[in-house]
Amino acid sequence: MADAAALVSSRWRDLDKLLLRPGNLVGQNFEPGPELRDDLQEYAKVLVVGAGGLGCELLKDLALSGFRNLDVIDMDRIEVSNLNRQFLFRLQDVGKPKAEVAAKRVMERVTSVNIVPHFCRIEDKDLEFYNDFNIIALGLDSIEARSYINSVACSFLEYDSEDNPCEDTIKPMVDGGTEGFKGHARVILPGITPCFECTIWLFPPQVKFPLCTLAETPRTAAHCIEYAHLIKWDEVHSGKAFDPDDSEHMQWVYAEAVKRADLFGIPGVTYSLTQGVVKNIIPAIASTNAIISAACALETLKIATGCSKTLSNYLTYNGLEGLHTKVTEFVKDKDCLVCGPGVLLELDTSITLQEFITLLEEHPKLLLSKASVLHRKKNLYMQAPPILEEMTRSNLSLPLFDLIGQVSKDVVHVNGMTNKNGKKTSSLRKLRVIFKGIDGVSDMDTAGGA
Amino acid sequence: MKLEQTETLSILFNYILSMFEKNRRLGAHLSIMFSSAAFSGFRKLIFGISHRADISELNLPKTCAILFPNGKDDLMNFEVTIRPDEGYYLGGIFVFSFKVPPIYPHEAPKVKCKTKVYHPNIDLEGNVCLNILREDWKPVLNINTIIFGLSHLFTQPNHEDPLNHDAAAVLGDNPKMFESNVRRAMAGGYVGQTFFPRCM
Ligand SMILES: [Zn+2]
Repeated sequence: MADAAALVSSRWRDLDKLLLRPGNLVGQNFEPGPELRDDLQEYAKVLVVGAGGLGCELLKDLALSGFRNLDVIDMDRIEVSNLNRQFLFRLQDVGKPKAEVAAKRVMERVTSVNIVPHFCRIEDKDLEFYNDFNIIALGLDSIEARSYINSVACSFLEYDSEDNPCEDTIKPMVDGGTEGFKGHARVILPGITPCFECTIWLFPPQVKFPLCTLAETPRTAAHCIEYAHLIKWDEVHSGKAFDPDDSEHMQWVYAEAVKRADLFGIPGVTYSLTQGVVKNIIPAIASTNAIISAACALETLKIATGCSKTLSNYLTYNGLEGLHTKVTEFVKDKDCLVCGPGVLLELDTSITLQEFITLLEEHPKLLLSKASVLHRKKNLYMQAPPILEEMTRSNLSLPLFDLIGQVSKDVVHVNGMTNKNGKKTSSLRKLRVIFKGIDGVSDMDTAGGA
Repeated sequence: MKLEQTETLSILFNYILSMFEKNRRLGAHLSIMFSSAAFSGFRKLIFGISHRADISELNLPKTCAILFPNGKDDLMNFEVTIRPDEGYYLGGIFVFSFKVPPIYPHEAPKVKCKTKVYHPNIDLEGNVCLNILREDWKPVLNINTIIFGLSHLFTQPNHEDPLNHDAAAVLGDNPKMFESNVRRAMAGGYVGQTFFPRCM
């Protein structure tokens, strides 16, 4: 039995090196000790978004790093082509939800970790679900999904009256991404480091071939595939939408692409290339996923325990020719519509939308004329086009307080014209409106229903 | 792999410090992190904001009109009608559907021509060959640019970038015949084997 005790103590040997000993890179108040490990295991709750190439690695890494309360969310089912790198899955798992199988496999191998799977779209979960986690780790392959999770995490962020982020509303994110032999890992602390939206330009736009090239002068295998996918499909299946996840659809596109390639004498059309081009997939490399996930798991551990300063704030990895890594410190966009503080406005509950628009014109920090006002998914007032102006005009005489659902405070976006050095430019701003004399507690009911 | 430790932002450092000042140990700091955030005020998702701002600043050519079939709160899907006031297509009415992606303007809207048209740069399924819709899209462009581009296609059809091969060949070889084909198609009739419903 002494052996068993030795096994338990040796199990966390590596973690303990980080948590039990003082160091030079830690904060001065970092108090190493076994309690820290206990707390990590008891309290830290991490959500892993995505159970694919990165997600499998992340779950395993986090579980082995001492995290015990993990959730994983993924809407996909396992495909045969995943098996070469998504190492938690076996042939008999094909067709099963990734999140469920991944959670089960890691729990089988790592004792005492609890992983709750969520087989659904990220949009299906409400904000309370996301708010329950201390850290969100992202193993995703799409800009859209990252952008969505980013806006969720940033939506918890509040600023004080001096526009400083309130620490206890910061929802840290660790984001990993890979494309072939290249990858990145980054730490996003909304309000402190740049959010995803601040630096969306980092993502290169998807390559899109001109349609007329596809139709007239194809030169590559990819051209033939995109012809079948974008032009031929519509011609033959009038009205029926192409579904990239339907293998029959994909087979059809592949067959058409082969015909096209034969016609023009172009080599190289294969089924896997067809999938790659249509779904915009760059072949995933297992080792890149492993390296990037390891970096992400380490950052997650650092944020949770404070055992080291975190990455500041963007690591790029390139294993294409030799090996190159670099950390770049990006700065946040102070006017970011998602994570920025916006302009704080204290208002009377009686102010009408029209009066509010006039106020924007006179406010020294804004000087915004001809403003359109947007609140969440609603257009409160649109200056143009005339059809929308007409549809929203009746709101002008209503109190803003009523229009945004009688909450004590909320974010409103406005856009209009500002004068910059004598030149009129259009400008889009985020505003934090607070209504005077409304108790902050009273918005709990309404905010919960958002 | 070398995980380079660059200097941390001082504010981030202070953030972690302050957590430990308040709560000595991790458990406490984490529970603070989620208990007080649970009922915060500004918990609103924003999506499609830059697109909506774009729409509210539309400055359409007088030949174009915009319509929102799903009402004032769905601006991600809309239709643009173009009535060219000169050129081959004078008198015709052409409807385009726009589908704006959530990450607009990082990615271009998807545009299709809903009106079946005899046009060298628009095929019979409504695909449009306009460079700024695909290969030349930049986030600085906007919906207005696209609408101007589309409207330009009707005054300056281009036989050098064909999507409808036959129409392009006729325009290149015999503009007179192209003109009469366009008139016939717009009035509702056959051009070769293809029937075009009336769109005038
Ligand atoms: Zn931001």
